[in-house]
Amino acid sequence: MFNKFDVLETIDMIEKEHLDIRTVTMGISLLPCIRETADKTAQAVYDKVCSKAENLVRVAEELSAEYGIPIVNKRVSVTPVSLITAPFAADSARVGLALDKAAKTLGIDFLGGYSALVHKGMSDYEETFLRTIPEVLASTDRLCSSVNVGSSKSGINMDAVRLMGEIVKKTAELTKEEDGKGCAKLVVFCNAVEDNPFMAGAFHGVGEADTVINVGVSGPGVVQHALSFIPEADLTDAAETIKRTAFKITRAGQLIAREAAKRLSARFGIVDLSLAPTPARGDSVAHILEELGLEVVGGHGTTAALAMLNDAVKKGGVMASSRVGGLSGAFIPVSEDIGMIESAEAGKISLDKLEAMTCVCSVGLDMIAIPGDTPATTIAAMIADEAAIGMINNKTTAVRVIPAYGKKVGDQVSFGGLLGRAPVMPVHTGDAGKFIRRGGLIPAPIHSFKN
Amino acid sequence: MRAVVTVTGTDKRGIIAKVSGFLAERDVNIEDISQTILGDKFAMIMIVDISDSGKKIAELAKECEEMGKSIGMSVRLQHEDIFYAMHNV
Repeated sequence: MFNKFDVLETIDMIEKEHLDIRTVTMGISLLPCIRETADKTAQAVYDKVCSKAENLVRVAEELSAEYGIPIVNKRVSVTPVSLITAPFAADSARVGLALDKAAKTLGIDFLGGYSALVHKGMSDYEETFLRTIPEVLASTDRLCSSVNVGSSKSGINMDAVRLMGEIVKKTAELTKEEDGKGCAKLVVFCNAVEDNPFMAGAFHGVGEADTVINVGVSGPGVVQHALSFIPEADLTDAAETIKRTAFKITRAGQLIAREAAKRLSARFGIVDLSLAPTPARGDSVAHILEELGLEVVGGHGTTAALAMLNDAVKKGGVMASSRVGGLSGAFIPVSEDIGMIESAEAGKISLDKLEAMTCVCSVGLDMIAIPGDTPATTIAAMIADEAAIGMINNKTTAVRVIPAYGKKVGDQVSFGGLLGRAPVMPVHTGDAGKFIRRGGLIPAPIHSFKN
Repeated sequence: MRAVVTVTGTDKRGIIAKVSGFLAERDVNIEDISQTILGDKFAMIMIVDISDSGKKIAELAKECEEMGKSIGMSVRLQHEDIFYAMHNV
């Protein structure tokens, strides 16, 4: 049973503290859509996505009205496209365009899965596919792309890392009129997960059922608010409060996930426990860390505070849901979090501190604007550093940086909406070109041999 | 099917009468009711059964929201499961 204070607490969470279901994402397998030509495959892909997700938006809106909790995004993730276009990889863009069209037909803002998994090796058709990414992101609006270049089990494919440095740079150039927005839709992963509901890195893994509902909950504002009541508590008690709050948030997510799956005739996949910020005030992960006692996010102590937050969120969430998955950790995208934006604008947070933060939370160097003249090899080196953190620590890491074409440190990029804005941050200028050009595979770490 | 109606806002005369009349007109049965006044803030919580109303919960929720606006209060009707889910281990 619940009492009247429980009811009022829920109402306050929703109305004043930005509690919402951040995304209901339908994962759809494209494996049955493989045909003998690119055009026929593209048509089969369009038809399947539009048919399976036909009621996604309607059902999400229905659930939102019934339970009185906002569901912000409705999205679709699909099987990595490189797997279904292998025989005609050079024409993969046809499938990309069909997916973008499907997203528009369905009325969803993003669709993820223009992806490839090349963490151990890259075949010719995969390399051809990767080279289509910049053009495809420049000619579509809602399609998201991700590439897995490493894993704890396989090591890091440095040939793919090198290529991705060039692809990020090229994507920025082709979308320079929109401040490099194409790069906001492109994630380079190590240890990518197959059931992530969040964009831009969502794709539907090959080990998944045909149609699955994954839900991403949110609620940085709720956690911050709960902590604001205990300003003098020690960190053990603060962790306990975060845990209890995460439990409640996750329960709401699980309820929506179960109901959505039932009504959409799909499997209930997972609830992703990530705290996902938005540029709105009161919806910031950075402000939680500041509530814990940091003057500003990015200073010394940030990594420790974030580690505690991330762990407490997981503990509360795992207790609340029988099916936890996805990325499940606090997100720290710079352009999408008002606290991070303000710290970056004031020069209080550096790329080095952000890199340290990625060691203790999900996911990586995320939504960071860098100077437009940053060499592709430097971007590749940033990817390699993040992949190494992920590989050694058995966690997902990623890089989603935006080289701001024609802009330098201190200038600003602005994407609007959930993607937000960010100042161009300085990168180290030491040249990593020779290291990157060596290529090959960084072997898997010794602790990956567990069999 | 049961739902929870919450009414919040500045305290004034006739809120309970207005809200319960509105629900009765729609064959919504009130099973439990409690209210709190903190300073000039009014909060009322009702557990209601909507089975006889013949309306979908989303439709009733929308009507409640509109009625709330007409009396200058915030009135929500939500499926009870959201509260069970969040506040029970």
